[in-house]
Amino acid sequence: MARGFDVRRQPGFVTLATICFLALYLPIILLVIYSFNAGSSIATWEGLSWRWYVSAWQNQQVQEATVRSLILATSASVIATACAVLAALATTRKGRFRGYSAVFAMINQPLMVPEIVTAVALLIFFAVIKVQTGYTGLGYLIIAHTAFCIPFAYMPIRARLQGMDLGLEQAAMDLYATPWRVFRYVTLPQLWPGVLSGAMLAFVISLDDVVITEFIKSAGQETLPTYLLGQFRRNITPEINAISTALLAISVVIVLAFYFLSRNRK
Amino acid sequence: MPDPARRETRNRWLLLTPTLVVLLFAASGPLIIVLIYSFLTPGDYGGVVWKFSLDGWFNVLFNRDFFTDQVTFADAHLSIFWRSIKLSVLTTILTFIFGFPTAYFIATRPRAKRDLWMLLIMIPFWTNLLIRTFAVMELIRNEGTINTLLMRLGIIHEPIQMLFTEFAILLGMTYVYLPLMVLPIYASMERMDFNLVEAGYDLYATRWQVLRRVILPLVKPGVIAGSILVFVPSLGAYVTPRVLGGGTDLMIGNLIELQFGQGRNWPLGAALSLTLLVIVTVALLFYVRTAGEEDSHHG
Amino acid sequence: MIEIDRVRKEFGDGTDTFIALDDVSVTIRENEFFTLLGPSGCGKTTLLRVIAGFVDPTAGRVTLDGQDLLGLPPFRRPVNTVFQSYALFPHMTVAENIGFGLQMLNRPKAEVKQTVDEMLALVKMTQMAGRRTSEISGGQQQRVALARALAPRPKLLLLDEPLSALDYKLRKEMQLELKRLQAETGITFIFVTHDQEEALTMSDRIAVMNGGQIRQIGGPREIYDRPTDRFVADFIGETNFLAVEVLDFADEQARLRLPSGAEIAAHAPAEGIPRGAATLAIRPEHTSLCDPEGAALKGKLSDIVYFGTDTHYHVALDGDTRFVLREQNQPGGHEARAVGDTVGVRLAPGTGQVLRD
Ligand SMILES: Nc1ncnc2c1ncn2[C@@H]1O[C@H](COP(=O)(O)OP(=O)(O)OP(=O)(O)O)[C@@H](O)[C@H]1O
Ligand SMILES: [Mg+2]
Repeated sequence: MARGFDVRRQPGFVTLATICFLALYLPIILLVIYSFNAGSSIATWEGLSWRWYVSAWQNQQVQEATVRSLILATSASVIATACAVLAALATTRKGRFRGYSAVFAMINQPLMVPEIVTAVALLIFFAVIKVQTGYTGLGYLIIAHTAFCIPFAYMPIRARLQGMDLGLEQAAMDLYATPWRVFRYVTLPQLWPGVLSGAMLAFVISLDDVVITEFIKSAGQETLPTYLLGQFRRNITPEINAISTALLAISVVIVLAFYFLSRNRK
Repeated sequence: MPDPARRETRNRWLLLTPTLVVLLFAASGPLIIVLIYSFLTPGDYGGVVWKFSLDGWFNVLFNRDFFTDQVTFADAHLSIFWRSIKLSVLTTILTFIFGFPTAYFIATRPRAKRDLWMLLIMIPFWTNLLIRTFAVMELIRNEGTINTLLMRLGIIHEPIQMLFTEFAILLGMTYVYLPLMVLPIYASMERMDFNLVEAGYDLYATRWQVLRRVILPLVKPGVIAGSILVFVPSLGAYVTPRVLGGGTDLMIGNLIELQFGQGRNWPLGAALSLTLLVIVTVALLFYVRTAGEEDSHHG
Repeated sequence: MIEIDRVRKEFGDGTDTFIALDDVSVTIRENEFFTLLGPSGCGKTTLLRVIAGFVDPTAGRVTLDGQDLLGLPPFRRPVNTVFQSYALFPHMTVAENIGFGLQMLNRPKAEVKQTVDEMLALVKMTQMAGRRTSEISGGQQQRVALARALAPRPKLLLLDEPLSALDYKLRKEMQLELKRLQAETGITFIFVTHDQEEALTMSDRIAVMNGGQIRQIGGPREIYDRPTDRFVADFIGETNFLAVEVLDFADEQARLRLPSGAEIAAHAPAEGIPRGAATLAIRPEHTSLCDPEGAALKGKLSDIVYFGTDTHYHVALDGDTRFVLREQNQPGGHEARAVGDTVGVRLAPGTGQVLRD
């Protein structure tokens, strides 16, 4: 008997897809493996060891960059999420309003304008302000990161709000809840998964940023990614792999958390 | 009683205030300053002198000889533009060649498994672009995995120079932007009704014809979206060419950076940034128009 | 007592307005089960939302026991709604949903708990108190929505097609349940439906709406037997319309001449009816088949439709008017009639309602 005709099959597609998945993960896996190399090569295996993690841990530059990265990602994601919640409430309820398109375009601007252009713009703008005010602290980085985190925080929150039954808020109002209580007891609890997702995405995006940070950081304000970028031109040891692996691990954990969070919602 | 419509408008703008302040300060506002700077005179040690000048824009495409005042095309810039566009187009094509079958593969898995497969695509997307570039670099360095392996096997005796070439940039960009192609194609493919594919076979189409005449037209919006998503960041790429390209294999992004570093020509850098922005905007508008047409076909 | 006085609602602006409520006036008594009945889009929901406070009327007044409602936001009106889609809070349990209104009114915890328990018992959901609202069936959700709206003891309960999502059997059960709850709580109900049978069986009074206007208000019998206009007669139940000529009117009775020349008497509106052309509305069940000889109406049998409890006979009267009769089916069955037979139609004495043209 002839085999059944599989309408879904396309010749060669499985092969290409397999190559694609392998290619996506092979370099990362090698990078992770060699972070455990006992020798100082990133291509010749000389046995298993923690030494590069230890040396990265004890590297003061790395320590400082890590702390700075975490402070930055935390503050930027918290502020961006708070802004995004308010903005989503203002833009999703009660239909379109005048100026909607302009606001929407502004929120999404960081997604559409090439990063290098934003970086240059901020470099120029902040250079002016630095001269005027003399302030050179972390504030510039925080507000810059907040700005490009806003669309990432905004998207899941807005999606959640749009999917929300407006009838629920009306029901609460019908049951004597004042506007603030409607928000507190009905809107916010419903919104919570979106807020959490938005904050996580914002955190990852901020943690990973290199271009904008590289352009606007003041002297001595290395974050982990800019520190890594600076090291690439030098003699590369598995210490870089170890730092990269740690950074990867943070992102992957957050992304997985995000994935399971959005799955449980269904 | 206060007019409810006006109160609503006031509340809405109050809610938007924090977001708009942040964005005006650190996204939209600075772009206007870039525009202003592109019409100023460069300062000797970077920065600008507040004197109007069109040289920034002039220098995007032309060179004026310092002594003879002769005007020539800025060949260096043109070749960088050309390389950027060429590499971005090639990246788009390569990501499509690998991304389309992958999206198709995922869309034809059982429903329950698809999310998991997509997660495998999404994880690299959400992890650090710099680190993924670095992973490619370790692979193709002279003393990297591929060369070491080939020499061990005795296939080559000298390492092949792959790092710091155009090929390296292309490989790196294809690698880092691949998920951006898979994502939208998968999204349209998942909505596709496979009965249409069956109808195609029922009407005597071969596999190739079904792919060409049924599947591709149906997922065209996804393909266009994916191409834009890959093309736009490729054109403005900075990290990947900086890490993988040699000193000579620059792209627009690096050319822009140069003006704020050693080049010390901020107005030119500003004009180049805006040029890049215009190209990207044109691409996005093209997308919006095509997507709009697609919508009106289906709606 | 709720008084709705010339309430008007226009949607849209400037050039393109749509009148959803066209000067609606009605007074609903204390403790009444009042039903708004009408076809889809006639403005029933809009009227309810005006009362609840979710729609600002363009003009008109709404007062509850003399208190003006329109100046109050929804959360200050002693009115609760059972929403068509229930709108149960998915992040709360059944009990939390029911207690929500009382909590918002800042009632003491003990009182909230006690009332919630009473309400759970009232709608027979005590076992489900701790469940999430997504973990109970449609009928149970319906009960929770009802209990939630009743818990704060509103003066007025608004129900917007609360039964439309339920299957037939459950709907019948809930109809009785609603009647019982209304009697037990003594709360005024305004009930919206487009199911005329539901309206007729449950209501103390019914307002029939069409195109943003109330066409008739009255008890179920009155609405059914004495419709005042053609829309109401047509919308409720099945009706045959005959063109007639009014000869004489006295004491809510009119003498009419049928097209066949026969003269009969029929009920007419109290305010009288002018001589001349008018329409006679006759319910199919008030007629029966008879011998064509000497019958008031006669025609050819064009269709016989068997319905189980009864049979519908479609008769093409002389002059092409279609007329439908309904006869109860008897055990043993009828003498055989066949399509194409010439038959007579007998009108039961005193049936029919004359409507102005
Ligand atoms: N917000 C609105 N904007 C414009 N038109 C509206 C709005 N709300 C209702 N309408 C219109 O007003 C009319 C009455 O609507 P309403 O919801 O009151 O009808 P309904 O009698 O409840 O119908 P149904 O039985 O279908 O629920 C409809 O024609 C509707 O299109
Ligand atoms: Mg309705």
